[in-house]
This record gives sequence, structure tokens and C-alpha cells, in this order.
Amino acid sequence: MTEPLKSLFDVEEMELSFGPQHPATHGVLRVQLKLDGERIIEAKPIIGYLHRGTEKLFETMAFPQCIPHTDRMDYVAAATNNQGFCVAMEKLLGITIPPRAAYLRMILAELQRLASHLVWLATHAIDIGAITPFFYTFRERDAILDLFEEYCGARLTLNTMKIGGVPFEVPDGWLDRCSELVDGFNAHIDEYETLLTGNRIWKRRTVGVGVVSPEDAIDYGFTGPPLRGSGVEWDIRKVFPYDRYDEIDFKVPTGANGDTYDRYLVRIEEMRQSVRIIRQCLDRMPDGPIMAKAPKILRSTEGMVYGSVEAPKGELGYFLVTTEKGTEPYRCHVRPPSFVNLQLLPKMVEGSLVADLVAVIGTLDIVLGEIDR
Amino acid sequence: MTDPLMAYLVIPLVKIVVIVAVLMLVVAYLTFAERKVLAYMQVRIGPNRVGPRGWLQPIADGLKLFVKEDLIPSGAQRFVFVLAPCLIFVPAFLVWAVIPFAPATDLFGLLPQPVEPFLADINIAVLFVLGVSSVGVFGLILGGWASNNKFSLMGGLRSAAQMVSYEVPLGFAIVAVLLMAGSLSLVDIVEAQRDMGVWFVFPGILAFGLYFVCGVAETNRNPFDLPEAESELVAGFHTEYSGMKFALFFLAEYANMLVVSSLAVIFFFGGWLPPFPNLLASVWAAPVLAWIPPFVWYAVKVGFFIVLYIWFRGTFPRYRFDQLMEVGWKWLLPLSLANIMLVGLGVMLLKG
Repeated sequence: MTEPLKSLFDVEEMELSFGPQHPATHGVLRVQLKLDGERIIEAKPIIGYLHRGTEKLFETMAFPQCIPHTDRMDYVAAATNNQGFCVAMEKLLGITIPPRAAYLRMILAELQRLASHLVWLATHAIDIGAITPFFYTFRERDAILDLFEEYCGARLTLNTMKIGGVPFEVPDGWLDRCSELVDGFNAHIDEYETLLTGNRIWKRRTVGVGVVSPEDAIDYGFTGPPLRGSGVEWDIRKVFPYDRYDEIDFKVPTGANGDTYDRYLVRIEEMRQSVRIIRQCLDRMPDGPIMAKAPKILRSTEGMVYGSVEAPKGELGYFLVTTEKGTEPYRCHVRPPSFVNLQLLPKMVEGSLVADLVAVIGTLDIVLGEIDR
Repeated sequence: MTDPLMAYLVIPLVKIVVIVAVLMLVVAYLTFAERKVLAYMQVRIGPNRVGPRGWLQPIADGLKLFVKEDLIPSGAQRFVFVLAPCLIFVPAFLVWAVIPFAPATDLFGLLPQPVEPFLADINIAVLFVLGVSSVGVFGLILGGWASNNKFSLMGGLRSAAQMVSYEVPLGFAIVAVLLMAGSLSLVDIVEAQRDMGVWFVFPGILAFGLYFVCGVAETNRNPFDLPEAESELVAGFHTEYSGMKFALFFLAEYANMLVVSSLAVIFFFGGWLPPFPNLLASVWAAPVLAWIPPFVWYAVKVGFFIVLYIWFRGTFPRYRFDQLMEVGWKWLLPLSLANIMLVGLGVMLLKG
């Protein structure tokens, strides 16, 4: 507004800094917008407000010490972060974890997937203006966090896996309580669906918004629900099974149109599949040790390894470079799904309205702790 | 009672004081009701700390806002920034001058002769209400513009477009009522429903639907709460307002909700009349229904609409701006025009 307009019909683009402090950017994402009225001409995501140097920190820490730091990357899905690091490390050291540990890990990871998807659903719905699902999803999420707390003492930053297994045997009755929660869960998902799936306004706000073609999705390295929403069937749990996912029967849901509504449906169906996975794990829970035989002090051989897991938001990979007899990684690169999925944001929102930007940020389900690391 | 001083000064003054005081209190407790009802819809408890079961919460909120620091952002147009909340608050309360919430009453024999509890029964009350309440939109636009904040500006622009485009079908929906009642006076509209023995909602169900949808849009409530869409525009036009100025915006919003609900009751649900006026003579429950004071009927009906408002907020996502305009111009406007013809035809055929 510094220069006066030349005439009445002169138009001027408005630059709007959307974030980093904004209720709908899921943390400290900043999107620099060029607007023509409400229409977005250009959107530029700016990240780095939550950078903590996690990758560099890894280089100064013994391998087991890294795990608490992985909690802090995707802070709404700490268990899968732990799992990713442990899977990579086990690949590096050639450790096979005992079956009971693997099954416990899968239960924890799938509970975490449920919790993460509940947070996504809550915030996504609030962004589009439906405030009520938030309270329903957080009720269930709290029940899940209660289970976590009982198991490992923490609710959010769990630190619940160790290289070679899991740190604790489950408390008495924990598996029963878990089973109880899982049995009632589909009814809760039905509840959320009642509020949203058939809602006409919800559909108008999500169908055809932020469409991603399968080609684009693959080109830009999408993983997780955004990729599957575009109709590509790709799930690390299926294609590169880790722990004991190859023994479990579950489906990988995909969408057809690659729009926000499809991604919503994919995630809802994923929650139902997670419930199935936990059910099977509980039914088949083997007895035995919970830790593999590993030396007290882990020493690596010289080499590189990439281990990845299917985190709630997509493929979470750890690329480790190690030295001979090293106790800490020489370099650890994390491939966070949110970071890669965010790439397509400008293309998804250009030409649409500000309200769509909010819907698209919500549907990508980003966590800034993971993007900035 | 022929004393002009009594008739033109004392009685109106007493009425004004009572109406404004009661209205303020009702609006304050409306915020409490909203939080409570919404809480029960959302599996939580709601405010329950201040006073017994949280009943003093609105008072505490009011006090807090009253003593809060009143910030004016640098670069704001100071005069307009201060003017805007007044511009939206005053019309919202001014409208209550003509809203008839009960017929003339002697307060159970306390007064020597029946007195109308509302301030004025003017013969163009409907026009007055529409005219005064549409001044409120200036408050939104100016408030949004004067804040020197892009989010506020966008909120102000949205509200301008929204309120202007929804006022048209709103007006047309009311025309249908006027055709049926044959008067612009709100009291006459209620009495016409008594005389005809039927609430206008039954012959004018479409008009009612149109009226209420537009009314919700006029008050910027879900699912049409775009001007203050939190997740998009932070807080819309009142992003920069704090303290008592913010409270004025808030009070005005809730007072407007009450106005829209009141008008819905008066236009379509027989105002203070007990339900089913045409059945009054024949049903055994009639004496009971008639015994309940008219004001209670009115309050219950308004309360129903308020709960409806809160229910909307609890269940609906928000429309997008272009969709909002589409609904307004492509659906509501043609429908309301068609409705006028339909009602006009009906009135012509029935009344001859």
C-alpha cells in the first residue's frame, strides 16, 4: 500500500505471509502468498522455524542415545520414528529381533498410526470449519496415549523401542486393555464418518480440491496416504516388510481421483486396517524374549544402510553412514515424509482460494518438527 | 395516563433501561449457553469453575474484557478503528426498539392499566429492522479496513460481499410474509397469525427456510462464518481488536442472533402466541397452553432457534467463499423470487 493506485481500475497483487504464527499451518510453517483478491497466484512454503539440528546431534551420540531424539521429529507419531531408526540399525548390525518383540512393535506402531491419524482428522476438520470431530477424536487418542503411558511411562515422546527389540515387557492386563480399545474402535470411526463423510459441505470443500495426478505424486516422491490417495498402491509394510508385517493380513486402501476427499477416505480406511493389524497381533502374540542378543555397546562396521518404515505420514527413512568400530553414526540423514510431501504444495494450491490452501495443508498432514528436524 | 410527561418520557425511559439491561444480560448468558450446549455436544463439560456450575462465567468474561488493555495497532486509522465496533453494536441493539416480545400486559395486576412491554409499535417496523440491521455491515467493513491488517481486510471484504448478497433473498423471503399478513407492523403480523388461526410457517415453509438460511448467513455464523473463519483468517475482521472493543463485536454478534431468531418467531411461529392457535378452542390442553404467559412462549421459541444456531456450529464445516456466493445468488435468490410468486398466487386465490 505504499504506492497509490494509478486509477480506479488498477489492480494490485497482495502479498500475504500466511504463518508462521497462524492457527491453520500446523505449527510454524510459513507460506508466502501472492493473492489476487482471494485467489492464490503464487504460494511459497518457507520452512526452518523449528530447526533443531537433529541430524547433526545424531553424530555425537551413541546409537541407542539417538532414539529419544527421533521422538522429537514427528512428535505426534513417536513410536514409528523409533521403529524407523531401530529397523535401520538392525539392518546395519544384522540383528533379527525375536517374534514377541516384533509383534509388540507392530502393536505400538499401529496404535501410533491410529493416534496420528486422529490428530490429522481433528485438525483437518477444524481447518475446514467442523469443530466437533476434534473432541471426539481426542477422546480416543487419549485412550491410546493412556496405553502408551502404562507401557513406557510417556504419552508423547515415547522412546519405546530399542535396537534389537523393545525395552519393556508389557504390564499385566495391558494386552487385554489394548484388545478392549481395539474392539470398540471401529464404532468410533463410524462416529467420525457420520459427522463428515456424507456431509455435503464437507464434500464440497474437499472433492476436487488439491488434486494430484499419480504421475505427479510419483515424480515428487509422495509417499503414504497422499500417494495412495492418488491411486498408487505403495506401502512399505507391503513392499519391503519389516518386523513381522509379512505375516499379517491387511489391505492397502487407495483413492481414485487424488483429491482431498480421497485422501480423507484413504486415511479413514487405514485406521480400520490398523485396527485389523492390532487385532491379529494380539491374537497371535507369541511368547519369548523381547530383546535380541546384542552386545552391550553397539559397534558398527564401516558401511551405509537405508532402513525405512511406513510412518503414518508416509515413508520414514533413515540413511546411516558408519565407521569401523564406531559407536555413533558418522552421518545420519532422515527422509521425513512430511518434508517430501510438502514439495507439491505450491502446485496444488495455485489458482485456488485461500480456503483451499488451508484444506490442502491439512490433507498433506505435515508436522513441522519432522520437516525442519 | 394522559399526562404527556408520563407517556412520552418516563415510561419509554423505564422501558429502554429495562430492555437494554435485560438484553445485555441475555446476550451475556447466551455466550454461556453456547459454550455449555456446544460442550455437551462435544463430549466435554464446558465452563464450570466460576460460580456454581459456572453460572458466573459470563460476568467474569465481561469483567476481564472490561479491564483488559485496549490496543490500537500502529498504522490503524484510529477514528475508524474506534468507530467500527460502535457501528456494529448500536444497530444490533437499536433493532430491539420495535421487536414485540409480548402483548400489552398489566403485569399480573400490578399496573393500573395494560402497558405494552416493548418500546414502540411502528407501522413500518419490518423496514426499520432491515434498514437498521444492514448498517451493521459498515462496522465489519470499516473495522476490517481500519485495522491495517491483511487478514482483517479480507475478513471485512468477505463480510461485505456476504451480507449484501444474503440480504436480498432475506428481504424477498420476508416479502412473502408481508403478503400473507398484509402489514409491515410486527405486532400486526403476529395478530394476523392469531386471526388466521395458523402460523405462517405452515403456508410459508419455503419462505421460512430461505429466511433462516439467510439469517444465519447475515449473522456470520456456521456454516457461513467466513468473515471470521479462524482457520483461514485468524479471526477475520476483529483480529486486531481487544478488550471492550472486541466485546462489543461479540455482543453485537449474539444480539444479532437474537434478532434473527426473534424475527423468525414473529414472522413464522406466531410470536408470543401459544402453539396451534387454531386448535385452542377444541383441545383439552388449551387452557394450560393459554395460561402460560405469552412472553414465556416467545422466549421458548427464540431459545429453540438459538439452540439450532449452536447445533449448526457443532455439526457443519464451513463453506468456501465462492460456494457461499454461489448458494446465495444461484439458489436462494431465484428460489425466493419464485416463492414470492407462489405465495402471491396463493394469497390472491384464497383472499380473493
